[in-house]
Amino acid sequence: MIPDLGYLALILALAAAVFAAGAAYYGRHTNQPRWIESARNATIATFPLITISCLLMIYSLVQGDFSVEYVWRVSSRDMPTYLKVTALWGGQAGSLLFWNFLLSIFTAAAMARNWRKQKELMPYAIMVASFTQIFFLGISIFVEHPFARLAAVPADGNGLNPLLRHPGMIIHPPMLYLGFVGFTIPYAFAMSALISGKLDDAWIKITRRWTLVAWLFLSLGLVLGGRWAYDVLGWGGYWAWDPVENASFMPWLAGTAFLHSVMIQEKRNMFKMWNIFLVLLTYCLVIYGTFIVRSGVISSVHSFAQSAIGPLFFAFIAIMFVFSAYWMLKRRVDLHSENRLNSLLSREAAFLYNNFLILAILLVVFLFTNYPIFSELITGEKGFVGPPVYEQALAPLFLLLLLLMGVAPLTMWYRSSAERIGMSLRWPALAALVFIGVLFAVGIRGWGALLGFWVVSFSLILTLLEFWKGTRARMKKGENVFVAYSNLMARNRRRYGGYWIHLGVIVMAFGIIGVEIFQEQTQIRLAVGETASLGRYEMVFLGATRYAGPDDLLITEATVDVYDNGRYVGQLHPRSELYTRTNQPMTIPNARSTITEDFYVLMVNWEPATADQATFRIYLNPLINWVWAGGLIFVIGTLVAAWPDPAVERSLSRRRHPVVTPTD
Amino acid sequence: MPGFLKLKQIRGQHLAAVVLFLLGFLLMAVPALAQDVPVTDDDVNAVAKDLFCPVCESTPLDVCPTQACADWRELIRQQLSEGSTPEEVQAYFARQYGDGVLANPPKRGYTLILWALPVVAVVLGGVFFSRYMRNLRVSAADEVDEELEEGVMETAVPAAVKPIAQDDYKSKLEEELRNR
Repeated sequence: MIPDLGYLALILALAAAVFAAGAAYYGRHTNQPRWIESARNATIATFPLITISCLLMIYSLVQGDFSVEYVWRVSSRDMPTYLKVTALWGGQAGSLLFWNFLLSIFTAAAMARNWRKQKELMPYAIMVASFTQIFFLGISIFVEHPFARLAAVPADGNGLNPLLRHPGMIIHPPMLYLGFVGFTIPYAFAMSALISGKLDDAWIKITRRWTLVAWLFLSLGLVLGGRWAYDVLGWGGYWAWDPVENASFMPWLAGTAFLHSVMIQEKRNMFKMWNIFLVLLTYCLVIYGTFIVRSGVISSVHSFAQSAIGPLFFAFIAIMFVFSAYWMLKRRVDLHSENRLNSLLSREAAFLYNNFLILAILLVVFLFTNYPIFSELITGEKGFVGPPVYEQALAPLFLLLLLLMGVAPLTMWYRSSAERIGMSLRWPALAALVFIGVLFAVGIRGWGALLGFWVVSFSLILTLLEFWKGTRARMKKGENVFVAYSNLMARNRRRYGGYWIHLGVIVMAFGIIGVEIFQEQTQIRLAVGETASLGRYEMVFLGATRYAGPDDLLITEATVDVYDNGRYVGQLHPRSELYTRTNQPMTIPNARSTITEDFYVLMVNWEPATADQATFRIYLNPLINWVWAGGLIFVIGTLVAAWPDPAVERSLSRRRHPVVTPTD
Repeated sequence: MPGFLKLKQIRGQHLAAVVLFLLGFLLMAVPALAQDVPVTDDDVNAVAKDLFCPVCESTPLDVCPTQACADWRELIRQQLSEGSTPEEVQAYFARQYGDGVLANPPKRGYTLILWALPVVAVVLGGVFFSRYMRNLRVSAADEVDEELEEGVMETAVPAAVKPIAQDDYKSKLEEELRNR
């Protein structure tokens, strides 16, 4: 009964979405606002309907209604309630239902927030968003039916994939999905601007704001995913260039490029075509990413999500791509730049260099990720591109990007003098050189690492100087340094929030260089009482115990004493977990974290027969915590930049309609 | 769908490869008893790092917890203890199971495409980009007019009417911050 209601709610949501698209089209073409309003209401109605469907699915999961195939597949009686709830996105059909739910939230929010001011853009935006919703609802209803029933009701379910039982999994997938789904809204407004031909500033403003929201969630999802991998997957790292990771990184890159180049359009009315293209590209990469994750076309560690919905997605991507390209070409005359570039050394040119580098990175990631497909087409054999290849190919591009990140804020619109920029760069460059000199003196070698650290510290100094210059400018008004700084942040949130984001990236880059180049590891078999050492650390194996955990879990936990330079610093408890029902092993690390490094211990093997012996894999991950700290700064910066600010919105609309007197 | 059938066949091949390998491993286990070179886990992992797990496809061999991977690592240990160099071991795996097991595919044959494509694309992109930039640049004569136009458009920022030719970053920044 309950599952049937959930199914019914989905069908009603589909009907509402189809009606919304049709009514928006009809209302627009017959010029009847009533129909457009009706389309809006139908669009908003999909939100409660899909919410009901999701709630009923959660109800079935919590109740353990194993007559529902999905419930049987992803949950079991002994799972704690919170996991039963999160099992909503623990499998294919549920994830798609959840996708639908998030999309309906975003569309309803866009209707509520932008309805009054953007009436002209609305009809086509409704159509495009509804079309996306129709596609995903269609998949949910006709292909990956979440409420499908089993003929015979099993006594218990399979349980959730152990990888997904980590608390980090509660938050990581929803963030990524929010990021993915969120890009539908900017796409809808961009397409709407294209189709309606209303290509003035309105769409770019809405699109920028929604892109920032989606981008924030996607960034959060990426950082949390890295953290989850580090804490759960047990291989000492946080990013493996896995196809699924790349699938979420690619739209992030395209979105990043857009968030930069959009400033050229706002300031100089240039590159409209390019900005449209980037929005469309981001959206296509989102759908493509979902396709990669959901279809298993490129096998990956995330292959628990495989199914045969691939061809449908492929068709959808093709349709959206052709549709987007058609309208972009049709409007190419209207998208012509009103202004031209004055100098290769200007803010607008700097944004273009940024776009060039980001798209180059995107292209490399795209080609490498799809290499298995090319390889299979050409040789009939699947080849994979491993992390070393990505690192070789991308390291120079990332370094150039980091360099640009430091230098670009010094440029000015229209043109800048090379002399002044050179002057401003001289001392920071020298200071960074002194910094790596110090690193060299304390024994850090390798030109790659030193070059990396030079670039990163150079950019760090330049970024900090930007904050200082801004604060100084305000201090001339008589404010003290703290007031000046907080006013600077509060009143120029977009600019200085952006610089905080840069700061976050730089801190992360320190961490990434540290881990990538200076990670040490060793694997060793220890008997009780024996010692292993790595770097400054020593570790004494005290023994291991085996006990039953929650669910069907069998836990083997080792205890080791850790010494740093001979000084006792505490105990670690690396575990290995075995989910006995599915016989799936997990190796859960335990680490001693400091600001300079993590001493990260995995127990990779323990034989009960020789209970006093275990094999450990130990990693020394220098600066790893800088990656997480940088991620945090990054997110704070994005929040600062994205938070709606009525005062700024007023001043922006004032600037667009310059009726102000010069003394304002 | 043919594509997916193919995927399954490949899985089958992988399974067959693993089984074949296990048989081979049993045969090789006999002479291996006479090993003398001590091989540490670190030596094994150093080789395994650049190989892919045979079943989980995109997971590096040194960190994969499955039994098949443990067996492969054992095979690496075997070969190293018999005096093979790390390169020889990797070459052996590539011969047996195809270049697909190599995380860092050799730069030969069709894998060259993998390396050539990004380079070509970046270079082409660079050429296109620089030509585009050149086309966009306007002659010095046009510039003054345009700036004045721009200045008028931005009356909300009054000082922008002044020619911006002299690059005064500080005063510009102050001015940008003033009205906020």
